Amino acid sequence: MSEQIKNNDLKPLTQWVNLQQPLAFDDYCQVGGYQGAKVALLQHQPNEVLDIVKNSGLKGRGGAGFPTGMKWSFVPMFAEGDEDAPDNKYLVANADEMEPGTFKDRLLLEGAPHQLVEAMIIAAYTIGANKAYIFLRGEYHLAAKRLQQAIDEAYQNNWLGENIQATKFCLDLYVHSSAGRYICGEETALINALEGKRANPRAKPPFPQVSGLFGKPTIVNNVETLCNLPHILKNGIEWFQGIAPNSDAGSKIYGACGRVKTPGLWELPMGATLREVLYQHAGGMQDGLQFRGLLPGGASTDFLVAEHLDTPMDYDSIAKVGSRLGTGGLIVLDDKNCPVAMVLNLLRFFAQESCGWCTPCRDGTPWAVEVLARIEHGKGKKEDLDTLEKLCDFMWIGKTHCALAPGAVEPLRSALKYFHDDFLQHIEHGCCHYDPASIAKRKQVSQSHNHLNNTSNSSMAGQ
Amino acid sequence: MNKQETVMQTIDTLTIDYQHYLTTAEITAIEHEASIMETREAAGIEALKVVQDHRGWVSDESLFAISDLLGVPTAQLEGVATFYNLIYRQPVGQYVIHLCDSIACHLTGLDGVLSAIKQHLNIEYGQTTKDGKFTLLSNACLGSCDKAPAMMIGREHYQHLTPESAVEILQQLAAHGEADE
Repeated sequence: MSEQIKNNDLKPLTQWVNLQQPLAFDDYCQVGGYQGAKVALLQHQPNEVLDIVKNSGLKGRGGAGFPTGMKWSFVPMFAEGDEDAPDNKYLVANADEMEPGTFKDRLLLEGAPHQLVEAMIIAAYTIGANKAYIFLRGEYHLAAKRLQQAIDEAYQNNWLGENIQATKFCLDLYVHSSAGRYICGEETALINALEGKRANPRAKPPFPQVSGLFGKPTIVNNVETLCNLPHILKNGIEWFQGIAPNSDAGSKIYGACGRVKTPGLWELPMGATLREVLYQHAGGMQDGLQFRGLLPGGASTDFLVAEHLDTPMDYDSIAKVGSRLGTGGLIVLDDKNCPVAMVLNLLRFFAQESCGWCTPCRDGTPWAVEVLARIEHGKGKKEDLDTLEKLCDFMWIGKTHCALAPGAVEPLRSALKYFHDDFLQHIEHGCCHYDPASIAKRKQVSQSHNHLNNTSNSSMAGQ
Repeated sequence: MNKQETVMQTIDTLTIDYQHYLTTAEITAIEHEASIMETREAAGIEALKVVQDHRGWVSDESLFAISDLLGVPTAQLEGVATFYNLIYRQPVGQYVIHLCDSIACHLTGLDGVLSAIKQHLNIEYGQTTKDGKFTLLSNACLGSCDKAPAMMIGREHYQHLTPESAVEILQQLAAHGEADE
């Protein structure tokens, strides 16, 4: 039993997850649910909860890793009856999970919907928001249904609506189901989408914390980030930091996909090494395949290779070796899949999902796709590699409103670095050497060329 | 009538009274969405989804009717409608296949599944079968990366696809559809 408790203490986020049948309100309360919200609303003032979250060291799990408490602290707070106070503030849970290779929030949304509802009550109370939205990606139909059930139950039990648990705090919570567009995960694009506008990202400043949804102070937090709150409030800062004493605070849901033996998700103390996730949890590569490299946190992170496998998966450590923790979902490349084709697939995604607002992104991403496709299909030239390098600069940070184009650059520039030989071979051999059909075709062509060259005694061979 | 007047007249005719075009069920659902948002324009995307749920796709007429109901300029609504992958601005088949073409599916056998589906239905991406049963579209990452390759048809997600299992699913849907008729 004590083993069980200890184990659950280290896996706060997933201990209540049940994908078959998520815990209904009563069952959720029985295992300790809504206790964190009780602590927040009944024992603390909002500024005290803010201090707890600040001091906990919680960082955003959506990819950027920004300290959550600090983000909240930019929201202007007003005394009761202050004439300058805005008539509302908003809290939005970013559940628009669409980063290729990322499926962690889906687990929390489908498996423990009450946990997110409880978390949003705590967050909304802290920043003084009376209206909150869950911005859910359109494809997550099951999550939409289960979240609505949890919300309905929370209303029935006075955890949402007027005077929650006999306090002065009121909160309405709604699910907004989107219609499929990656850029809506960017917080200012998400706000435009919620306002019913075309979801282009906004220029900052003003930051959403000051002027966001409908021009009012708004906090947008990732689902996994929010889900930490009930546990921090219930168990305290020391417990939270004790989960991973030598790393960023708390646990992290890591994942792995690609041709590994057991792809999946695992909640581990923050700072588990890449090797631990890849070999202990994902079981290593499938039989007959060798490890080539991986993207540590979704499509928009830099490739890492074998020499980096002992790196702890926390924000600073992964940054030190030249990538980003991102969403913590490994996308693993094996030795029978072509790295050029992989990068082509990734860039196609970014080109398709670019909103088209900024020129470097709108024009740069399809340009990179065109060049990569040429190389992959054996029609590339050496100069194409220079073009790709130039595009990496053209689309880098500071040249666009949001991080989509820089996100596209990350796998591209790192692939050019770590898989340079593969790019060269594609160009030199005029084919993809991972595709037997393409090699065979190429051989046939070159043989017939040689034959022609020999018979005419031409000196064209090699051109 | 000079040229300019013709243009003016054309624009004038492009309004549709929502009460004559949308059903009561559609109007009720859209009004509910509008009631939980701060502005009527914020219900635009939900309104498009409501109409699409009832009619299968969003026609020009539907767009004008929603524009009339919400008081949102048609151009703005069209900007929203064309922005999203899950809003169909052209007629689609009874079943729309959203085949995930993102990286996890690419690494685990998407190519074979795609070829099998194309061959079975004799269509390319963006096309609908002659019998109007299936439309084939690609979809950005469906979040089934540990169970790749994956596709979504309607509200159902299908995972661990092989070329054979994908075709089998389509055959079952086709048979089911026929039984309904």
